[in-house]
Amino acid sequence: MRYPRVTALDRLTVEVGAGVTGLVGANGAGKSTLIKILLGLADPTSGSATVLGHDIRDDGAQLRGRVGYMPEHDCLPGDVSATELVVHLARMSGLPTDAARERAADTLRHVGLYEERYRPIGGYSTGMKQRVKLAQALVHDPDVVFLDEPTNGLDPAGRDEMLELVRRIYDDFGISVLVTSHLLGELERICDTVVVVDAGVLLRSSTVADFTRASAKLAVEVAADPDAAAAGLAAAGLRVSRDGPLLLVDLEGDSTFDVVRDVVADQGYGLVRLEPRRHHIAEVFEQEVDDVAV
Amino acid sequence: MSQSESPSGVIHDIGYRGYDGERLTRRGIAYGLYTHTLRGVFGLGRAPRSKVVPFGMFVVMLLPAVVLAVVSVVMAGQGMITEPVLPYTRYAMVTQAAIAIFLAVAAPQAVSLDLRFHTLPLYLSRPLERVDYARAKLAALATAVFLLIAVPLLVMYLGALAARFDAGTQTVDFLQALVGAALFAAILSGIAALIASLTSRRGFGVAAIVTVLALSYAVVSSLQGLVAFDADDPETAGWIGLFSPMTLVDGVQVWAFDVESSAPAGPPTDAAGVAFLVVTLAVITLCYWALSMRYRRVRL
Repeated sequence: MRYPRVTALDRLTVEVGAGVTGLVGANGAGKSTLIKILLGLADPTSGSATVLGHDIRDDGAQLRGRVGYMPEHDCLPGDVSATELVVHLARMSGLPTDAARERAADTLRHVGLYEERYRPIGGYSTGMKQRVKLAQALVHDPDVVFLDEPTNGLDPAGRDEMLELVRRIYDDFGISVLVTSHLLGELERICDTVVVVDAGVLLRSSTVADFTRASAKLAVEVAADPDAAAAGLAAAGLRVSRDGPLLLVDLEGDSTFDVVRDVVADQGYGLVRLEPRRHHIAEVFEQEVDDVAV
Repeated sequence: MSQSESPSGVIHDIGYRGYDGERLTRRGIAYGLYTHTLRGVFGLGRAPRSKVVPFGMFVVMLLPAVVLAVVSVVMAGQGMITEPVLPYTRYAMVTQAAIAIFLAVAAPQAVSLDLRFHTLPLYLSRPLERVDYARAKLAALATAVFLLIAVPLLVMYLGALAARFDAGTQTVDFLQALVGAALFAAILSGIAALIASLTSRRGFGVAAIVTVLALSYAVVSSLQGLVAFDADDPETAGWIGLFSPMTLVDGVQVWAFDVESSAPAGPPTDAAGVAFLVVTLAVITLCYWALSMRYRRVRL
C-alpha cells in the first residue's frame, strides 16, 4: 500500500508507506497544513498528492471515504452524547444506520469510553474528548487515519494511554496511521517511520530504527576515576567519550561488551553500569537543524 | 439448559472488527445530513430544552388553525358562512411572528452550532462535498418551515371539508396556499440560514434573524400604510411590498392566485406581479448561492 506521496508546503516531497508514521516538527512547521491538504480541507497552491492511490484534487470524495481524521483543535459539540455524535458521523462517512450504531458502540469501547458515552460531551474531560475525536476518526473503518496532535492537552498518564492506543490502531486494527506531534520522544516510542518537517521544509524521513541505530552507544560507569578508565578503554581500541561520570563507548558489535568487561576486569575497577544507550531522535533532529542552519 | 462449554455471563473481547458492508453514496450521505438537521431543528435527539421553542411555535401555529376549523364547522352548521373565515393564503402572514421566532431558533441550531463547536472539519473530511453540506442544511430548514405552515393549513382544509364547503374550490385554494407556503419556506429559510452561517454565536443569529424578518415587515407594512392611505397612492404602496420577504411572497400570491392581500397594498399591475415573482425567485437563488460561497470559502 502506498499513501501520501506529497509535494506540499515548500516543495516538500515525501513518500510514506503502511505502518505508523510520525510527522514531527515545531508548532507552525506545517504539519496540520499538510494533513489538511491531503484531506482537501485546504487547497495547495501548487503540487500534487496521492493518498491510497486517490489524487487529492480529482478524487477527493473517494479518498475521504477511506480516511479518518482527528483534528488538533476542539471540534465536538457540547450538547450531544458521544454515542449520538459518533453514530451520526459514521453515517456521514456512508455507513447505513444499523451499521453506524454497531460500529459506533464498538469503536467507543475500543478507545476506552464506556458508560460515560451516553452523557453530553460538554461535561467530558480533555482525555475523554480526545478519545471521542479518535473514535469518530476510526468509526467507518478507514484504511488510513490522520491524527493531528492526539496527545495535546493530556497529562502524562493520558499521553501514555493515547500513544498505546495509536500503536494499537496499526498493530491490532490494521489501520495505517499518520500521527503528528511536536514531541519527538512520543513519536519515537510508537512510530515505524518518522518524517521531520521544519518551516514547511522536509528535514529528514526515515525509519525510527535508522534514526537510532546510527547513534547506538554503550554507557559504562565504573567505581573509579573515569579518566583512567577512559584511557584504558581507548588503549583497547575503543572510541570513548565522556558524559559526566558516564563513559560512552561506540558500540561496534557484541564484542564491544566483552572488550569493556575485560578491560575493566583487568584494571580491577568495579563495573557499576554497562548498558546500550540508544540516542533519542531528538539529538539527531537537533543536529540536522544545525546542519540546515549552516 | 445451554450446552455451551463457556460459562454464561462472560463478556469476550472479540477484538477489532473491520467493516466490509455497504457504504452510502454521496447522495445518501447528504440525505442523512438532511434528516439529521431536520430532526435537530425540532430538537429531536437533543436536550429537552431544545424542543421547547420549536414545538411551542408549532403549537402556536396550529392553535389558530384548529380554532378556525372549529369555527368553520360550527358557523357552517348554522348556515352563516360558505367559505373559511380566513383565506388559506393569508395564514402565513397572520402567524408570521411565530414563523420568525421558529426560524430565529432553528437556523442557528442548524448552522451556527457547527461553526461554534468547529465541527465543520469533521463533516468536510468525510465524503460530503461543501455544497452538499450547504444544500442539506438549507433543504432541512426549508422543509421545517414548510411543515410549520402546511400542517395548520391542512387542519384548516380538513375543517373546511368537514364544514361541507365546496370541496373543489377549497382544494384549489388549499393547493394554492401550499405553493405560497413553499415560497415562504424557501425565501425565509434562505435568508435565515445565510444570516446564521455568518455567526458562530447563537445569540447573534437569533437576534439578527428576528430583526431582519420582523423589522423589514414592520417598516415595509407601515410605509405601505402611510403611502396607500395617507398619501392615497396605492400603486407606489404596492411596489414597496418588494422590500420585505413576507410582503414579497404575499404579493406573488395576490397576483398569481388573485387572492386578498394581507399587506396594505398588493402588486398594482400584472407586470408588478411578475416583478414580485422574479424578485422572489432571485432572492431565493441569491441566498442559496451566497450560502454555498460561504461554505466554499469557510476557514477550517
